[in-house]
Amino acid sequence: MKIHCRLLVVCLLGGFSSATFAADVDTLLNDIKSVDQQAQGNRQAQLAIRELLKNDDVSLTTVLDAFSGANPLAVNWLRGAFESLADQRLKATKTLPKKQLEAFVLDTRHDPRARRVAYEWLVKVDNTATSRIIPGMLNDPSVEFRRDAVARLLTQADTLFEDGKKSESQPIYEMALTGARDDDQIKSIVDKLRELGQEVDLPEHFGLLLSWKLIGPFDNSDEAGFDVTYPPETKIDPDGKYPGKDSTEVTWSAYATADDYGIVDLTKAQSAHKGAVTYAYTEFVSDEDQTVELRLGTPNAWKVWVNGELIFGREEYHHGTRLDQYQFPAKLRKGRNDILIKICQNEQKESWAQKWEFQLRVCDSVGTAVLSANRPPRVVPEEAKANAESGDNS
Amino acid sequence: MKQHLVIVGLALFCVTQVGADWTQFRGSDANGVSTDALPVKFDISDGTNVAWTVDLPGRGLSGPIVIGDRVYLTASSGFRQDRLHVMCFNVETGAKMWHRQFLATGRTMSHPKMCNATPQPASDGKRIFAFFSSNDLICLDLDGNLQWFRGLTHDFPNASNSLGMASSPVVVGNQVIVQVENASESFATAMDVETGEQTWKIDRPVGNNWTSPTVLSGRTPDEKFVVLQSSENLIGYDPQTGQEVWKHAAECATIPSATVVGDMLFVPSQGLTALRYIPDSDAPEVVWQEQRLGPSTPSPIVYDGRVYTTNRAGVLRAGDATNGEMLWQLRLKGPFSGTPVIADGKMYLFSEKGLAQVVDLTGKKGKLVHSAEFIDKILCTPAVVDGALYVRSDEHLWKISEKK
Repeated sequence: MKIHCRLLVVCLLGGFSSATFAADVDTLLNDIKSVDQQAQGNRQAQLAIRELLKNDDVSLTTVLDAFSGANPLAVNWLRGAFESLADQRLKATKTLPKKQLEAFVLDTRHDPRARRVAYEWLVKVDNTATSRIIPGMLNDPSVEFRRDAVARLLTQADTLFEDGKKSESQPIYEMALTGARDDDQIKSIVDKLRELGQEVDLPEHFGLLLSWKLIGPFDNSDEAGFDVTYPPETKIDPDGKYPGKDSTEVTWSAYATADDYGIVDLTKAQSAHKGAVTYAYTEFVSDEDQTVELRLGTPNAWKVWVNGELIFGREEYHHGTRLDQYQFPAKLRKGRNDILIKICQNEQKESWAQKWEFQLRVCDSVGTAVLSANRPPRVVPEEAKANAESGDNS
Repeated sequence: MKQHLVIVGLALFCVTQVGADWTQFRGSDANGVSTDALPVKFDISDGTNVAWTVDLPGRGLSGPIVIGDRVYLTASSGFRQDRLHVMCFNVETGAKMWHRQFLATGRTMSHPKMCNATPQPASDGKRIFAFFSSNDLICLDLDGNLQWFRGLTHDFPNASNSLGMASSPVVVGNQVIVQVENASESFATAMDVETGEQTWKIDRPVGNNWTSPTVLSGRTPDEKFVVLQSSENLIGYDPQTGQEVWKHAAECATIPSATVVGDMLFVPSQGLTALRYIPDSDAPEVVWQEQRLGPSTPSPIVYDGRVYTTNRAGVLRAGDATNGEMLWQLRLKGPFSGTPVIADGKMYLFSEKGLAQVVDLTGKKGKLVHSAEFIDKILCTPAVVDGALYVRSDEHLWKISEKK
């Protein structure tokens, strides 16, 4: 066991002054932030929390400040430290530093997760805070704040709508949609806007990718194809012709989905193959070098590559699917980026095991769409049907 | 053989839990049986024998645990079920002592029936180990102070299940052990209770598995085996090293868990299989197998020489625990997800639709003696401590006891 020397000094000092302690708070918080995978830094962080809890002078917002740059594990350690401290203060003094907490909540330079914690403890001692704070959170970096702000607008708009004041409700629904990032809220808003005669490009709001080049089926008998490196994994050749499943020759073909949620149904785009692998490829033009989130939904086993680099893969079949089922970061470079997906269908015969589909969107960490500079106009369902029949889906 | 069955039978008549705590899934002895007498009649609509009710901030299939004068419970909330709650309530009043919240670091998707707070927490009497479907394991002291946090899907990114994970942790000595089995990255691991550091990690069969580990004592009270079942087998491991010690090489169920009583294991396998641990043997003895006693989701429960299971149709079946002979069956209103508990000869079952049913087991056949609507959906395994039953839904936690 290695105990950090500086922490040991802190522990041995015991009765040091609060001034001395204040200087060491940053050290203790850094020790907590140092936790990492597989329990790295756990002992040090555990001792640091114990030391923090011994001192009444630790500023709550100082602990919240430490959330910035912390990994997801460290955020939870810091959250645990904060809540113990806040609970101690609240039980001892029956209040919390309202002004400091509110200032922290409103300062969007702070970590959104820390701001949310500050808010949730603030409302324990100030029941007017919600009505004061939430209306301004519609475009906040915190998904939870956005959700609360959207919910408030939805209530307003729904009341007007149900009272027959439909034209008055429309701008409120439109405003709510600008902030909405959660599918349930978006669906409620879009349903109402469409009822009001408004057109909403739902795939664009989500950043769903609609236009793909498909190639398959390759063989996935006995689910063995997941680990087979078929030619598209090594080179994207638009003119490539390869031996596919059952000795058929497979080539790339264009396909655009008209689905509101960007679902590419391979049983329709190709055929209801079983024991099969299909690859889907698209180009994404980024305005800048940036890290985005790729969010995938599929009930099938899959792998995703960006610019030839394997981002993630998972061999799970028919355990359900939903929007944003898998979320993973990916680096995009300025200009053209190649996104390749491998979608594997197994040979299960049950009626609930026949789906062979995927949906993929590109967004930031909040869920705000990141759109390709070459995003094609959306294909309306009729066109999609006609294109599918003519074989021209581009 | 006859002598052997007599010995087994004696053990099966002495399986009730003593002591005031309920520290894990199915109680401190993981058998779901208590000597405490509970009220037979209760009604939440008029408050009859309902000591208190508390509102909960999130969903949960996880049952409560009770340590001393406190009840501990987990829940999960949020559009993505990514907010993790650990709460502590006073057993006398239901007053909230503390409430800590964390953020899931693993995947939170699950079947709609399940949620992130599906595994039941466990305790070593000094700490709470709150485990979630996202494979986040949170260790708090009894006063709610974080001791350590592990994100096992953060560490092993393909350890997840889009249907949700359900296996509850167990504590053996100074190790907290979790079973993380799914269609991709499957393992079991033991962590030091004080630090969360890994003591061992072993590969486990790839495939969905929602069963929970349980513990079997060997020749001495200090000799323990952590027992893990899967669709391939049931294995007894040394909890300190993760080394396999013995194995029952047969397909086992992946939803209901095995129940240990003395040196006997009642395993959902081939219906229901009774195994007897044999010291120094690499395999337990198969004592009997009975297809008709195969359980659905709830785990088997053993009391007073009988083994009880419930099936998909909501039929409670009783068998002779010594030889598997079918004794009686009673049609109840199911379906059931939570494992029932037995207190003072009465079984308390909660259906998924929230119907409580009390069955008197003391006669020749089981007799339904009380039903009560809880309205909420209930999928947890309740706790029984000190004359009180604690049960939760997605919205509420109730204490059922005679008011003092």
